[in-house]
Amino acid sequence: MGSLFDFMLPELKSPMTGATTDALMGFIHIVSFIILAGVTIAMIYFAIKYRRRSEDDETPLITHNNKLEITWSVIPLLLVFVVFGWGYKGWLNLKTVPDNAYEIHVSAYKWGWTFKYENGAQVGNEVHVPAGRPIKLVMQSQDVLHSFFVPDYRIKQDVLPNRYTYVWFQADETGESQVFCTEYCGTSHSNMLAKVIVHTENDFEAWLEEQGTGGGGTPEERGEQLVGLQGCASCHSMDGSDGIGPTWQGLWGKERNFESAASVSADENYIRESILNPSAKIVEGYQNQMVSYEGRLSDDDISDIIAYIKTLEE
Amino acid sequence: MATAEVSNTKTLKVKRFKPSEDPKSTFLTEEKGLWAWLTTVDHKKIGLMYLGSVTFFFLLGGILALLLRTELLTPAKTFIEADTYNQFFTLHGAIMVFFVLVPSIPAALGNFVLPMQLGAKDVAFPRLNLASFYIYVIGAIFTFIALANNGLDTGWTFYTPYSTDSSSSVIWVTLGVFILGFSSILTGTNFITTIHKMRAPGITWGKLPLNIWALYATSIIQVLATPVLAITLLLLTMERFLGIGIFDPAMGGDPVLFQHFFWFYSHPAVYIMIVPGFGIISEVITTFSKKHIFGYWAIALSSLAIAFIGFLVWGHHMFTSGQSAVATTVFSFLTFLVGIPTGIKILNWVATLYKGSIEMKTPMLYVFIFLFLFSIGGFTGIMLGSLAADIHLHDTYYVVAHFHYVMMGGTLIALLAGLHYWWPKMTGKMYNEFQAKIGAALIFIGFNMTFLPQFIMGSQGMPRRYYNYIDQFTIFHQTSTIGSYILGVGFLLIAFYLLRSLFSGEKAGSNPWGSRGLEWQATSPPDLHNFDHTPVIINGPYDYHKPMEEFQLGLADVHHNGHEPSHAAKAAAEEVTN
Repeated sequence: MGSLFDFMLPELKSPMTGATTDALMGFIHIVSFIILAGVTIAMIYFAIKYRRRSEDDETPLITHNNKLEITWSVIPLLLVFVVFGWGYKGWLNLKTVPDNAYEIHVSAYKWGWTFKYENGAQVGNEVHVPAGRPIKLVMQSQDVLHSFFVPDYRIKQDVLPNRYTYVWFQADETGESQVFCTEYCGTSHSNMLAKVIVHTENDFEAWLEEQGTGGGGTPEERGEQLVGLQGCASCHSMDGSDGIGPTWQGLWGKERNFESAASVSADENYIRESILNPSAKIVEGYQNQMVSYEGRLSDDDISDIIAYIKTLEE
Repeated sequence: MATAEVSNTKTLKVKRFKPSEDPKSTFLTEEKGLWAWLTTVDHKKIGLMYLGSVTFFFLLGGILALLLRTELLTPAKTFIEADTYNQFFTLHGAIMVFFVLVPSIPAALGNFVLPMQLGAKDVAFPRLNLASFYIYVIGAIFTFIALANNGLDTGWTFYTPYSTDSSSSVIWVTLGVFILGFSSILTGTNFITTIHKMRAPGITWGKLPLNIWALYATSIIQVLATPVLAITLLLLTMERFLGIGIFDPAMGGDPVLFQHFFWFYSHPAVYIMIVPGFGIISEVITTFSKKHIFGYWAIALSSLAIAFIGFLVWGHHMFTSGQSAVATTVFSFLTFLVGIPTGIKILNWVATLYKGSIEMKTPMLYVFIFLFLFSIGGFTGIMLGSLAADIHLHDTYYVVAHFHYVMMGGTLIALLAGLHYWWPKMTGKMYNEFQAKIGAALIFIGFNMTFLPQFIMGSQGMPRRYYNYIDQFTIFHQTSTIGSYILGVGFLLIAFYLLRSLFSGEKAGSNPWGSRGLEWQATSPPDLHNFDHTPVIINGPYDYHKPMEEFQLGLADVHHNGHEPSHAAKAAAEEVTN
């Protein structure tokens, strides 16, 4: 009978974290459904059987019944104790990361995710993991609250700016699962999506090695990579289309007009200031939505990004 | 003349006062004109002014809801921008919670009915009552000026650090809500005092209508919890204006602390919204079953139990927030305990129907709808209280559906039950019963069509507060949107026949439902001073086995014309006996 409510849940892809949740949800749904049906049938039955036949109907005086009332207080109480214990057990499991878990660092920002691996590899909005092995995500936010949610794994954890939080799962089959941000974080909250991509152990090692070597390259290449990882591209387009912030195409050397400052031409110092102190000069027609990248980008990083911007000609 | 024993020491001389079916003067025919209304200290007029304001805000919040649902017809942009969508859902939530649900039953219906059910002439502090109304109006105007100025996009929960970083009018709106809070606190204080000091002779605590018990529990929560909201909002203001780091990690604060503060108010606030609804259900279900309530003390005391335990469960909004493991466990446990008294009430109400004489008039129809929808809200609450399940369901549409089943399926349906129940008393007119039943059916169908699909897409993973969504959820969103239009039509129909009844409705008698409640022993609409005698109560409010005459007693000594509070009435009673 537990299958009655199966249509409500997506396919479970991390039984180690989600099996208890699914069983518990099935149990609560079934018990609730039975009690709800009982109450509803009783209501409708009484309404028909005891419908008013005349204005002079007399009703018996029934004020209370201790035995009945104690029964229907104690039975639900016992039921919720079961539900509490069951939920607690499942939750403990979610909070207890297996010792052999593979650790990946997660950085959340408005509006995207960066995943960092032990060998220095970084990827934006895609987390690649090996199948059949517990994965621990150590998460931190760069700005406001976010929340990491994978429905297929039945896991969710808020991501905070001032402390690390963690979450774990183990996907047994290769494939993809959707990641949502589930703590409201502003304009593009609903676009703050990512994918979990599950590889076989061998494919994963190969992938990781390939990514790990990607740290070098020219300043322009490093700059382009940073733009993807640091979320610049979620507001600034590189192709001239309009976004939450002004496009970067043709930005370099252009005369900029501001809401409340004298216009300047876009040079290194202007771009640097806009990254570290975004509210200093707001481009005409835009609102200040950006948070400072002070502490998140090194001087070298900023130089690389500027080198990349120079390549974006109209 | 008859005599009645109300205590061991005093004997009152009472006689029967049958309410006139054709009152010469009512509160509507006296003190007429705009200025008289704006400066009135009459609880009935103030109640109606609240009802008008709440209806206005409900219309506003409802239109926003329909715009939101329309935007969600397609997975990407339908007709408004993401920022506009974010402002709309913030406004919808803030208006419906602070301007509609919190004041709806206590301030509108409660104000009208409470003194009448106590046999009093007015509330204990009539001028303070008027002040509460104006504080509510000022808070509303303040909030709306701020909103018109710069919008608000934080969600009604104002979570930090988003709300401290946001460029929208967070501070001005929170100050508006801060002002609004005082209205709530003053109304609560007023009700508590009235219930303690203004009961007519013979109304002992065991003979209080359950509506009064519910309003009493609500008032206690209002007085104790609302100041915490004020403190939270002031701290937020201090952080924004003075740069004192309380919640913002950039200044050394802790964003989770804000959530604790916020929910310390906002969870009890859920009970401020729902407990008065319980009161209405008890009144309506007994009247239309012509039967004594089953388990009077269980229902009365469970309201107080809910009020008390309701203060200790705020952390269940924060299972994924990173709060401590011990806190999470304890909050989950206590959450289940608050579910029990609520479940007990449902079963008591159903048991009241047993062997009753049930008449399916519109208010009773709403009670049935309430019992069904609120039960679903309660069961899904048990689901969300359980830790492992909540981790999966938190901040998804499952939660959205759950609180709409509780707040709309519960509070709002109870409000509709109460409105249809007391409408003849308030206006002296009957609405069209057939149209009213069609309206209730539309509401029931529209509501379930809107919110049932949200349970499914929520457990499949659809997060709340999403402007765009992935394609697999389209069918659920579209069903939900069509349901919301049906709901909208239902509310328009209700507005139509209620307004129409004012002009062409049949005249309502003083007691069209044959209730034993004291408020039905006044004329419809009531006299400016409710009763022209001091009512004396010898039976409980649900003693349907006693003849109607025994519920129409008042002090025989009409020398004082009944226009004095109960302590004076007692003194007068002693004079009579001497």
